[in-house]
Amino acid sequence: MSADSTMTAARPFDEMHAADGTVRAHYGPYADWLEQMPRENIARKRKEADIAFHRVGITFNVYGEGGGKERLIPFDLLPRIIPGDEWSALETGLRQRVRALNAFLADIYHGQEILRAGRLPAEQVLNNAQFRPEMKGVEVPGGLYAMIAGIDLVRAAGADGKGEYYVLEDNLRVPSGVSYLLENRKMMMRLFPDLFSRYNVQPVEHYPDLLLETLRAVAPAGVLDPTAVLLTPGAFNSAYFEHSFLAQQMGVELVEGQDLFVKDDTVFMRTTQGPRRVDVIYRRLDDDFLDPEVFRPDSMLGVPGLMSAYRAGRVTLANAVGTGVADDKSIYPYVPEMVRFYLGEEPILNNVPTYMLREPEDLAYTLAHLSELVVKEVHGAGGYGMLVGPAATRAEIEEFRARILAAPEKYIAQPTLSLSTCPTFVDAGIAPRHIDLRPFVLSGGKEIRMVPGGLTRVALKAGSLVVNSSQGGGTKDTWVVN
Amino acid sequence: MLSRTADHLYWMARYTERAENTVRMLDVSYRMSLLPGTNGCDTDGWSAILAISELSDAFARTGRPLTPRDVIEFVVLDRDNPSSVWNCLRAARENAHAVRGTLTAEMWETTNATWLEIRDMTPEKLQATDLGEFFEWVKFRSHLLRGVTFGTMLHDDAFKFVRLGTFLERADNTARLLDVKYHSLLPRAEGLGSSTDFYQWGALLRSVSAFETYRHVYRDVITPHKVAELLILNAAMPRSLHACLDEINDILGEIANLHSAEAARQAGELHATLHYGRMDDIFATGLHAWLERFLVRINRLGDSIGDNFLVPVAA
Repeated sequence: MSADSTMTAARPFDEMHAADGTVRAHYGPYADWLEQMPRENIARKRKEADIAFHRVGITFNVYGEGGGKERLIPFDLLPRIIPGDEWSALETGLRQRVRALNAFLADIYHGQEILRAGRLPAEQVLNNAQFRPEMKGVEVPGGLYAMIAGIDLVRAAGADGKGEYYVLEDNLRVPSGVSYLLENRKMMMRLFPDLFSRYNVQPVEHYPDLLLETLRAVAPAGVLDPTAVLLTPGAFNSAYFEHSFLAQQMGVELVEGQDLFVKDDTVFMRTTQGPRRVDVIYRRLDDDFLDPEVFRPDSMLGVPGLMSAYRAGRVTLANAVGTGVADDKSIYPYVPEMVRFYLGEEPILNNVPTYMLREPEDLAYTLAHLSELVVKEVHGAGGYGMLVGPAATRAEIEEFRARILAAPEKYIAQPTLSLSTCPTFVDAGIAPRHIDLRPFVLSGGKEIRMVPGGLTRVALKAGSLVVNSSQGGGTKDTWVVN
Repeated sequence: MLSRTADHLYWMARYTERAENTVRMLDVSYRMSLLPGTNGCDTDGWSAILAISELSDAFARTGRPLTPRDVIEFVVLDRDNPSSVWNCLRAARENAHAVRGTLTAEMWETTNATWLEIRDMTPEKLQATDLGEFFEWVKFRSHLLRGVTFGTMLHDDAFKFVRLGTFLERADNTARLLDVKYHSLLPRAEGLGSSTDFYQWGALLRSVSAFETYRHVYRDVITPHKVAELLILNAAMPRSLHACLDEINDILGEIANLHSAEAARQAGELHATLHYGRMDDIFATGLHAWLERFLVRINRLGDSIGDNFLVPVAA
């Protein structure tokens, strides 16, 4: 596989400015507004936003910092704006991709047609640590596995100067970030109400309603008025704010493992009025921790007997157990093939060309081009365990080379995408910073739905391509405008 | 509602109330130490503060001398003293954090902002602060949370568990305050009516915001007997034992479940003691003995509430 040279163009695509420096049409009204806005007003608004976020306690906990420290996720006031027609095309592509991913999960836990057809190497799936044999033959409501999917998109400059979207990663386990999307919009409307009169910004505030409908739609058959709960690992989890926020917005109980128990394959929660039945669990807990009787026996976070109730069809887990096999980086290269195999359609969204280092040819190419490539751990997440070749020192590259050689099957490599940039407020004024986009795609019942746009993450360090909040990334409000 | 949620709400309220009552006690000792003739070295008063909260041994273990400054630092800021105001406000905030989705935005922001403000307080900073103002601040934050709770939270079961925590803690704290202060003040009672005595009893009443109330209710000089009556039996006095048990009894009636008969029985019995009790009988028992017994019973009631509502066994 050869790297697509257009993707590594020296000059990244900028969302606001065309190559000749002119402002793109959809940013026109914003640029006019910004020009009239005194800089000190912006500084004041930044401070106001900071104080508000702190007081509300919109924080995340950082792993690896002693005592589960709470930090604010930096918020940038300059919105990322997406024209409506561009979003419509993306939306169609996202629906297609998520439909294919769910079909794939249903298939590999049942007939395994795609393996038998030889469209995907069987050992890639069956030997994958994320493949859960416990799920074989288990019927899930609607045949849906990933009810909540976060699909990471990036945009790179094409040869014609247009930006081309690529799927960087599918998140089908417990994707997070939607609370920032909602809080960012609330903050922007509070700080700059006049801006919203200049633009017809598509609303996103109904996400919790869509999510609740999704959860209720996948309740076990025969339950008329299902009770849904949100299962959190607890207040020390990095995404606890989001768990609490979503439970409150949906009006469902926020439960920890200790609040639930299983009796006769039925899940109950402990309430002040005695046990109450639970039908759907939106779990924000990894598979490994769900049930100490089946997975990690040392897990204090899960519920003993939960898997038994789940397999008996007495409770629905969203997302299903075992979705990790479909968003694994070693499976990612085959997603376009899934679209063709299950839907008989051509994929609408692009994949990033990927070298699989378990293949000798790809390994050799990668080792020879480490300084140009991004190398990722197949099972890594959150921007950890990753080498960004062009930004790495010689010593870092050599250290990573040794790690790759020790276990090549654990790594994939991709060309360093020149992620698109968006102007961002920085100490020195306004400067372009790299961004990505994570739309949240909900599958429940007949429809696949999402709120327009998604969460835009921004790498606040100049030149950095790592947008993860744990690595110094921030967020922006994302506007889909008509 | 979830038992665990109820537990967090209950303890959020208890810790907030405890912080408030702790500074009320400190405030009264601090004011007394400013009175002429005491030179600020009324060691009886300061050791009484420690005795009220059963902290005498813990304080002795720190090796600190029994000076106002050391006692105040220990009771307000000591990280190793689980009942220090700092630890109470931290625990209140942690309990709130664990159930922030159940709180209104105003309740959470109030609790969180209180914690953020006291979090970085050091002995040096406390020294540089006007103590009276600091005590007022703690009281004010507690008032604010109570008001915000009352004014913004749906008056459902969650609200009732918050209130239950408030009144259980308050009943305990008022009884302790009265017990210790009453006995440290009584030896002076022979000079009843002296101006020092007037200020001492006045300070005790002020610590429960009851100085003007006393005047209004009795229109009389301050006597120890009437102070005790006001703080124990007067149902209209919001920090009295009777008022607290009125609330607790009502709330337990409203949140009753199939297993809560024991908590209801204990609360009803205790409530009857106050509702039908007479001061003469209490004094005949001996006030100290009576208050000690009250504390045992209120703590047992707390245990039953825990067993019946907050950590029920899977049925």
